[in-house]
Amino acid sequence: MKYESQRVAKPYFIAALALFAGQIVFGLIAGFQYLDGTFLFPEIPFDVAHMSHTNLLIVWLLMAFMGAAYYIVPEEAQTELYSPKLALITFWVFLGAAVLTLFGYLFVPYSQLAAMTGDKLLPTMGRGYLEQPLPVKIGIVLVALSLLFNITMTLLKGRKTSLNLILIGALWGLALLFLPAFYFPIDTVKASYSWWWIVHGWVEGDWELILGALLGFILIKMTGVDREIVEKWLYVIIAMTLVTGIIGIGHHYYFIGAPRYWIWLGSIFSALEPIPFILLIAFAFKMLLRRRREHPNKAAMLWAMGTPIVAFLGAGLWGFMITLAPVQNYVHGTNLTAAHGHLAFFGAYAMVSLAIISYAMPLLRGREANSAAAQRWEMSGFWIMVISMIGITLALTGAGIVTAFLQRMGAHPLGFMQVQSKERVFFWLREFCGLCFFGGLVVYLRSFFMSGEYEYSDEAIRALAS
Amino acid sequence: MENISDPPHALPGDFAIWVFIFAELTVFGVLFSAFAFARAAHVDLFNQSQLALNRGLGAANTLVLVTSSYFVARATRAIKDGRGLLCGHWLTGALGLGVVFLALKLFEFHQDYAHGITLSTNLFDMFYLSLTFFHFMHVLMGMAILAVVAYKAYAGRYGVEDHAGVETGGSYWHMVDLVWIILFALVYVIR
Repeated sequence: MKYESQRVAKPYFIAALALFAGQIVFGLIAGFQYLDGTFLFPEIPFDVAHMSHTNLLIVWLLMAFMGAAYYIVPEEAQTELYSPKLALITFWVFLGAAVLTLFGYLFVPYSQLAAMTGDKLLPTMGRGYLEQPLPVKIGIVLVALSLLFNITMTLLKGRKTSLNLILIGALWGLALLFLPAFYFPIDTVKASYSWWWIVHGWVEGDWELILGALLGFILIKMTGVDREIVEKWLYVIIAMTLVTGIIGIGHHYYFIGAPRYWIWLGSIFSALEPIPFILLIAFAFKMLLRRRREHPNKAAMLWAMGTPIVAFLGAGLWGFMITLAPVQNYVHGTNLTAAHGHLAFFGAYAMVSLAIISYAMPLLRGREANSAAAQRWEMSGFWIMVISMIGITLALTGAGIVTAFLQRMGAHPLGFMQVQSKERVFFWLREFCGLCFFGGLVVYLRSFFMSGEYEYSDEAIRALAS
Repeated sequence: MENISDPPHALPGDFAIWVFIFAELTVFGVLFSAFAFARAAHVDLFNQSQLALNRGLGAANTLVLVTSSYFVARATRAIKDGRGLLCGHWLTGALGLGVVFLALKLFEFHQDYAHGITLSTNLFDMFYLSLTFFHFMHVLMGMAILAVVAYKAYAGRYGVEDHAGVETGGSYWHMVDLVWIILFALVYVIR
């Protein structure tokens, strides 16, 4: 850690991991409710468990991105953060708002929550991922502005690297793309458009830039490869992301009342969206091969290499499976979508967040890398979580295929609930893998509570002995 | 000075731009394939709608882009001789022709709209407008790249030994030109 003010990243990372754990707990509850709809009813109905699960996901990822920005920007700009104090105040505001919102979901009926928080003034509640009350949404904008002010002022007074420009630019994009959250018209076509500007714009556009920047930073630091080479790769990856993703939003426009040409434009461009993910794999492994040193933080390296692969599988491959209009006609909104969503979110954004935390946390705690024992626990956590998530994905894929064939095709399609009851085996599998995932998370979190740093002497002894 | 007897070069300019060029050609390739696929199912519609296109403007634009590529080639020649100022002038000329292309294309879009041709008119018009708009955006991007290279050439930042930037930017511009030639032939001409 080169600058004192990078310390402010630590609370963000800790909160991110705590909220991640909370997310999985609610995921397990919601997953079990597929099998027993009365589970925890009426205390935590399915819709509450579901929105707690998704909102916690978004908030913990944002916490991780913010922590990453506060860590990376000063180091890249070669100057202290403009205002560490502002960063800390913002942290508590964001965390407080998140917890308050969660309590609101859990303890207040949703319609009452809406009435209490001024939804009548400007309706914004009720859409997926955007269930937050109006004041919280305003709070999110203020938190984002605070972050942007802080890191932009830092950039202006220091060295302007391509990586910093990409990261900070992408974070500005993230904030701007959130603004359609305040536009919730009665016209369902327009409402759908604006929803996708946020969701697609974030995860299939803006956040990919953040993914690239975070991965690029980790690779520069850990492999010692020339910054120019990494930054050049990043520019190509980012260009392909935007070229394919901007018009690729059309793959959400097929069946919402949009003009017919979106069937073509959405299919063609979104079919090409896997390209940047292929490039990310090539990029990561090329840098690994060209490395000039063996970094002691093997766990972080594992996260960094695993991220583009799982991201490609979830976002690229599973995404491609459901993106072409003729196919989507049959699989739209089935568990195939859920399968894609889980593997993509985990691979692209959860794993890169865990990668930057894995790299930066030891440094924030005063060592280059954790002890070999701690790293073994962390890497075990990695494998258990990745394999479990693949299990969840395969289970949901099975369920989705059954839905497509029984409910969407054929001369005598069956009804929704009838088909759901036939898919129970897949939901059991999913829940089992979810429990394994939680186990992997516990193993992973354990590694943070093991003291000691990486012992170079051990490595030397091993090397001399062989 | 280059000679016919010199050993063959690797790809001119920075390798990264060639990765990007390959990716862009792939995207355009998919678009052209989709066009061909759609045409196969609606041959009469495509032939009929094609007649409404302004082939004169399309041909003029082809001439404009090919000439601009020639200017870029001259610019590369100039910098290989160490003449930064001359390089800058040739690039400025290419940029000027780029502006002409954009103006002609915008006029053509305006005419199309006046004749009721939109993305929703029919499948051919959807492809014609999408393809040419997508290409238009790439001309803009190419011009941005050339502008940066021209600026650096004028500022004396390139020399006989170090002018990879000119070749890099020039390669991208040539790709944009090549795509237009294929597009013009495919969309405006071939029946």
